[in-house]
Amino acid sequence: MENTLRIPSSRTAFIQRVLRGSYLKVLAPWGIPLLLILIWQILVQSGVISTRVLPSPASVVQAGIQLASTGELFHHVRVSALRALIGFAIGGSIGFILGLLNGTFSISERLLDTSVQMLRNIPHLAMIPLVILWFGIGEEAKIFLVSIGILFPIYINTFHGIRTVEPGLLEMGRVYGLKPIELFWQIVLPSALPSILIGVRYALGIMWLTLIVAETIANDAGIGYMAMNAREFLQTDVVVFSILMYALLGKMADAIARWLEARLLQWHPSYQEG
Amino acid sequence: MSRGVDLRVVELSKSFGSKRVLQDLNLEIKPGEFVAIVGRSGCGKSTLLRLISGLDRPTSGGILVDGEPVKQLNPAVRMMFQDARLLLWQRVLHNVGLGLRGNWKPKAQQALEQVGLVDRAHDWIAVLSGGQRQRVALARALVSEPRLLLLDEPLGALDALTRIEMQRLVETIWQDQQFTTLLITHDVEEAVTLGDRVVLLEAGQIALNLAVPLPRPRHRGDPAFAALVEQILHRILSRETVQSQPSPSESVLVYSD
Repeated sequence: MENTLRIPSSRTAFIQRVLRGSYLKVLAPWGIPLLLILIWQILVQSGVISTRVLPSPASVVQAGIQLASTGELFHHVRVSALRALIGFAIGGSIGFILGLLNGTFSISERLLDTSVQMLRNIPHLAMIPLVILWFGIGEEAKIFLVSIGILFPIYINTFHGIRTVEPGLLEMGRVYGLKPIELFWQIVLPSALPSILIGVRYALGIMWLTLIVAETIANDAGIGYMAMNAREFLQTDVVVFSILMYALLGKMADAIARWLEARLLQWHPSYQEG
Repeated sequence: MSRGVDLRVVELSKSFGSKRVLQDLNLEIKPGEFVAIVGRSGCGKSTLLRLISGLDRPTSGGILVDGEPVKQLNPAVRMMFQDARLLLWQRVLHNVGLGLRGNWKPKAQQALEQVGLVDRAHDWIAVLSGGQRQRVALARALVSEPRLLLLDEPLGALDALTRIEMQRLVETIWQDQQFTTLLITHDVEEAVTLGDRVVLLEAGQIALNLAVPLPRPRHRGDPAFAALVEQILHRILSRETVQSQPSPSESVLVYSD
């Protein structure tokens, strides 16, 4: 009697997991996007929305496949990603170093902080006309804009992180014989790291935003160029696909930032399981 | 054969602005002695400890460690704080080895053994309880074999049971290693449990300097223990009356104001 009731163990495990909801938990965040795409497809197919306004998801996918098969897609993505990366490296380094200096030395804060705060309050995209006058419409203009956009969130969060290091820990470090440089590496930097990483995530968002705007100005390559070019030929599907590419790249950058946080902040109570 | 330091506090004064926190304080501590300092909050206990550690400079007077005036942080002096002040981003073992150079790991391991936490060497600080954190902090203080240990209310935030456990641990290690120890505490019972002497600080001066002639380990149930605690508490709580009529007994030495 008992034997007949037994279910193969892998299946039991599967059922148990479904019951406990772990598959559901993984799938749940994708439910709403999938539903929206479905509704979108239905609306376009039934003619409620004109394909000129919004192409169907299927044709967007087709446009993507087309672009990928010619290799055009990868070329543009590479160009855009490189701009983002170089801009991030330049703006991030400057912001980080400024934040370190102003957070550590009060003289440098007194000299620089007010100026940085004033510059920060200028929306960097408002500088586009000036940037074009300075750099023309080449790579420099885009990288400059991305750098400026990234500089401030990294600066502010690094500065804040260093300023909020517990004085008690520094005092302890001194009593336990740490030299100033050791205090920095062992106490100041690690305790500022959570704040710095928040700055990084915020900066990544600004990075894509800036790039999207900068790439639509005037261009010969990049995802923005791909979109603007398609607009001239009324290829709405390519335009939509380009926008989705930005979303995907943004999501990727965010995932990398999350991964970095999970790795670097293992010690942090909110990153520990159990 | 004590390796503790000989500590002398001479005419020590410290002011912050117009506020005098310590006034012409004199105190002598023999090598290897365990002195407990009690007093209401704001009486200058912590300031005294910071001055002895070299973290702060006195306004006037000075401190002699083995006859040498304290001018800077001394590597033979270690301090424990009320909050454990551990580095959350380092695992237990690295916290213990903080500031050590060379081949430090065996030493840190050994210090962890002393406080009974050797099996937690590779844990993050965040998963430890309050008592365990203070034990890590104690191991960190012990690992460099200090000759003077300054304890700034390190047990103040622990629950009663953990606290008694920690008191025993500190006492055992102190008896074993014979460093000079200065303990600041709010808890008169703790002071009498651990101190060779209990010093009462009041308004920046020593109001009471009382030897504790009880054998160790001391028991709270002991009538002599209870009498001493009562005597000190009484002195703290009724400042004015006692100040006008000092009643020195055998074990009481009232230092002049």
